[in-house]
Amino acid sequence: MKNGTIITIENLAKHYPMGGGKFTALSDINLTFSKGEFTGIVGPSGSGKTTMLNIIGSLDTPSEGATNVLGTTSREMTPKVAATLRKKHIGFIFQTYNLMSVYTVYENVEFPLLLLKKSVSERKKAVMDAIQWVGLTDKIKSKPPQLSGGESQRVAIARAMVKRPELVLADEPTANLDAKNSHHILRTMEQLNRELQTTFIFATHDDKVIQYLRRIITLEDGTVASDEIAKQ
Amino acid sequence: MIAFKLAYRNLVGAGLRTFLIVFVLSVAYVLIIFMNGLYQGWEREGKFEMIRWEVGQGQYWEEDYDPYDPITLTDAHAPLPVSLAKATDNGSAAAILITQATVYPEGRMLGIMLKGISAGQQVLAIPTEQFASREDEIPALIGTRFAQSANLNVGDRMLVRWRDVNGTFDATELTIAGIFNSSVPAVDNGQIWISLEKLQQMTGMPGEATLLVMGEHADMPAEVAGWEFKGHDVLFAELDQMIKTKSIGGSVFYLILLALALLAVFDTQVLSIFRRQREIGTYISMGMTRSQVVGLFTTEGAMHAILALLLGAVYGTPLLLYIGSKGLGMPEGTDSFGLAAAQRIMPYYSAALVIGTIILVIVATTIVSYMPSRKIAKMNPTEAIRGRIQ
Repeated sequence: MKNGTIITIENLAKHYPMGGGKFTALSDINLTFSKGEFTGIVGPSGSGKTTMLNIIGSLDTPSEGATNVLGTTSREMTPKVAATLRKKHIGFIFQTYNLMSVYTVYENVEFPLLLLKKSVSERKKAVMDAIQWVGLTDKIKSKPPQLSGGESQRVAIARAMVKRPELVLADEPTANLDAKNSHHILRTMEQLNRELQTTFIFATHDDKVIQYLRRIITLEDGTVASDEIAKQ
Repeated sequence: MIAFKLAYRNLVGAGLRTFLIVFVLSVAYVLIIFMNGLYQGWEREGKFEMIRWEVGQGQYWEEDYDPYDPITLTDAHAPLPVSLAKATDNGSAAAILITQATVYPEGRMLGIMLKGISAGQQVLAIPTEQFASREDEIPALIGTRFAQSANLNVGDRMLVRWRDVNGTFDATELTIAGIFNSSVPAVDNGQIWISLEKLQQMTGMPGEATLLVMGEHADMPAEVAGWEFKGHDVLFAELDQMIKTKSIGGSVFYLILLALALLAVFDTQVLSIFRRQREIGTYISMGMTRSQVVGLFTTEGAMHAILALLLGAVYGTPLLLYIGSKGLGMPEGTDSFGLAAAQRIMPYYSAALVIGTIILVIVATTIVSYMPSRKIAKMNPTEAIRGRIQ
């Protein structure tokens, strides 16, 4: 990989069995991503955005081609290696927040650090920092059902960022939010991207997100239709 | 450790549902320990009482003696063996001669076992010292059950008829010298105890006995010609069998309760995995392997048993200790089964019982928690994250 490149994708294709044949979700994808990018994979529903995000996040594997994510190639990607990669280096933000409803805000944000076996004092400091970044210090003991959609997504951002990952993958993070909350969380993510040099890759078709992106990769029917630097 | 921490959080977060399952499981713990403790206490008490009143530390039976066949009594007597004479002389063994007889209390006819026991014996709790109090007549001892059924009191006299060694009928009068209260029906129902020397004289069997009950300090030779040694394994076989049968019957009750609790745990696990697919996908996205998630859900289910253990200890320990110290009154007529039973049974909770119960419940809960959790290993995480049913 070139200096500064954290992800390379070469001749990637993804097929799913369907009936007697197969459905091709992605084909002939060649891309590279550098550290500190704030990039969006955009396109209509069914264009393969989420599939690509899942492959980058090692939740899914390519049918053809190869990937190299943070130095780990798709050939080396056993379930255990993939789990370690996600645990240490990748944060996820989902459209539906995916918070643990029985945990408090603090416990939700703390979760990735428990998996990393951080000490109590390390966990406490990191969690408080992350909650402060997203401005939810007053909601620390609340549980997800007591939060608004915007607040829930901010907790999800804090959870993704608490371990200071090199890469954050956000799948339609604003799809369930109103405009005000969408802008709030996008500004938060943009700020974290600048301050911590964390690479953000979004899968979205939301114009509100697109206006914040610095690079836009457009997918159409599973192929890259365009890859351009956004006009700020 | 993380699995325990997360499982605990999830369980506590589930609130009332967790409490209900934990409560039922805790009742299962307490009931299993209580019921088995009761049977163990009964067994201990029964054996203790039987040792005191009937079996001592073992018995030598004249080789023809069969307690289940009274006809054999005619021949089941022999002179006391020389090797056991010392024990009978110093009172550390009690020689007993048994013959069939008929008594006529208030003109009624009752078939009984007439038993002669040495007056100086110190092996059994039968108050044989009372034989010495009346020299002019034949003093007899009976138990409370027989006294009640035959309407006999201390001082009552009654005719007794028996056959001597030659088969000749003879009769005389007995005087009730004492009525003893024993929890062992075998020394009471239909039994009349008189002095061994008197019975030997009455039957024409001087120096003879049917069996010898050995005391704690008596020498017990392995082989005695013409006599067979019967240890506790033989003498308690009936009691053991009876308690085993009763405990199997009793176990049905708490096994049903345990099965219900396990079914609730199983059901909760199935429901959890069905409803928490998004959570499962999220765990995987955050870096847990599928097997770790299986472990987490299994631990979560198994932790019901741990929490139930704690809850059960909170209310079960004082409850069981209280019952253990006060004992449980046995219903009237329990001993009419022929089983030694004290008026109050003191449950006995052995370490093996408590540890065995804990292991049983935890292992059973872990198994029923693991079975549905295996489904997680087959889940597609990308589908699970979206909460799609798989």
